[in-house]
Amino acid sequence: MVLFVLLRLLPGDPANALVGVGATPEQIAAARQQVGSDLPLTSQFLNFITSMARFELGNSFVSKAPVAGEILDRLSVTVPLTLLAFTLAVVLAVPLGILAAVRADRWYGVAISTVSQLGLAIPVFWVGILLVTVFAINLKLFPSGGYPRQGWADPMDALRDLALPVLTVGIVMASSLLRYVRSATQDVLDSDYLRTARALGSGHLEALVRHGIRNGAVPVISILGIELASTFLGAVVVEKVFALPGLGSMLLLAISQRDYPNVQGVLFTSTLLVLLIGFAADVIQRLVDPRLRDRSTGGVP
Amino acid sequence: MTAPVRGLAEGLAARPSRSWTFWIGLILVGINVIAALLTLVWTPYDPSSTAGGRLEAPSWVHLAGTDRLGRDLFTQIMIGSRIALMVGAGAVATGAAIGVTLGVLAAFATKWLDDALAAALDILIAFPTLLLAMLVVAASDTATLWSAILALGLALSAIVARLTRILAKRVLRMDYITAARTAGTSWPAIVFIHVLPNIWPTLLVSFALQFGLAAIAEASLSYLGLGAPPPNASWGRLLQEAQSTVYTAPFGAIAPGLALLLLVIGINMTADGLRDVVDPTRRGRR
Repeated sequence: MVLFVLLRLLPGDPANALVGVGATPEQIAAARQQVGSDLPLTSQFLNFITSMARFELGNSFVSKAPVAGEILDRLSVTVPLTLLAFTLAVVLAVPLGILAAVRADRWYGVAISTVSQLGLAIPVFWVGILLVTVFAINLKLFPSGGYPRQGWADPMDALRDLALPVLTVGIVMASSLLRYVRSATQDVLDSDYLRTARALGSGHLEALVRHGIRNGAVPVISILGIELASTFLGAVVVEKVFALPGLGSMLLLAISQRDYPNVQGVLFTSTLLVLLIGFAADVIQRLVDPRLRDRSTGGVP
Repeated sequence: MTAPVRGLAEGLAARPSRSWTFWIGLILVGINVIAALLTLVWTPYDPSSTAGGRLEAPSWVHLAGTDRLGRDLFTQIMIGSRIALMVGAGAVATGAAIGVTLGVLAAFATKWLDDALAAALDILIAFPTLLLAMLVVAASDTATLWSAILALGLALSAIVARLTRILAKRVLRMDYITAARTAGTSWPAIVFIHVLPNIWPTLLVSFALQFGLAAIAEASLSYLGLGAPPPNASWGRLLQEAQSTVYTAPFGAIAPGLALLLLVIGINMTADGLRDVVDPTRRGRR
């Protein structure tokens, strides 16, 4: 719905993009009929809803290729990038976040928290540029951009090109995730049940592992959903830095060419993915915390 | 509205040791504000003068070096701070105006309308800020400074509205609201006398954090080529231009980002300091 309104706000008739400059009024009228922008807005909206529901994304105005196919193509870059970066972020953030909370009084606990503050203030693309400067130009370890034409035909090649983008998004996401892990651990440490467990004779580490992880995980999982979604978004921007042929560069190109079906398709796909991720986080949260399950079936919380 | 602000000032003065983050943050923001104001009357070089050598390294003549057209980068970074502050302030003001109005309305509305608004806000928040901003910018005929401000303001307004709604609902449950209503106080009066003064400090902290978000988002938009067009020397555009020459002049790709980093850290520290004063429960557990 939001998508539809915003897309119609784009200036210029989509038909103009189809026929190009210098078209006769008859050509424009024909194009409008073909695109469907001569229909009243209500029926345009109905068409929009029904085709979205059937995953029919139409053909690009510019290249005439089916939008869905191109999106699938591009997803083969964006999805691995997102997932790898997300994995890296979790692998970095969870141990470091717990460490920062447990050892908040030591210098490295403070250092971890401070560095994660920096991560919140850095735009993703700048981290990308810095990493290119260090690893691609000075150390010449990784390529500064680009992507093999055959995609995943040669996995090692593709992975080598994805290394710096993954590192870029992963680091930035890790620093914001780390803050949540740290405060969740902090809450666990301050909790009464942990004190009780300690009083009953379990060691500090044992109490933390047996009681802390499950309790601390609940708020973190709901954040993970949001983080995964913003990792996806970070990937969109980072693709521009490293000239990757992903969903983000498709969107930018489509906006500049006023290629409505492409813009619409990319936004539809990304919104759908973001919502799906949120839904999955919700389900996993219920699996981890039985109390949430009770509430949904009307039991006593 | 003056009472809570005075409370903030007293809180800061009473706990100087606790609010050192606030003061450092304020200094960092202050430097940016001064630089931005200075560009209105004076810059080290004419921003469009291409007199310097191309892609010069930093020196005493050109503090941050020059770009590929021979323009002084330090001058451009100073102007960039004006753009960042303008977009940040404009976006937060827009977001606050729309968000607070919607949030208060939702808090006062009937259950049905409130639920509808809350659901709409949840969907809007799930819709990523940057995507929304990109769309709004693309939708405006020519990308100007205003389209960036409007785009980010709209994206932020959903966050503000949700926070305002929650805070206002909490205040509305208080006994003194019932007392005020019994005494015949009208709804607008309740909003301005009781609700806004009570939620104002928390909102202020949130606005400060969003100022930082807006500054980063503006840089991202300009980097993607959807921000304010030249001659507005936005930090994002400076970075995008410098990226192509990063092999020969790496400093040009570092300096504007550093400026942005310092500004956002300054803003976040200020917000953190404010939060410690506003919310006493957070004190002492940092």
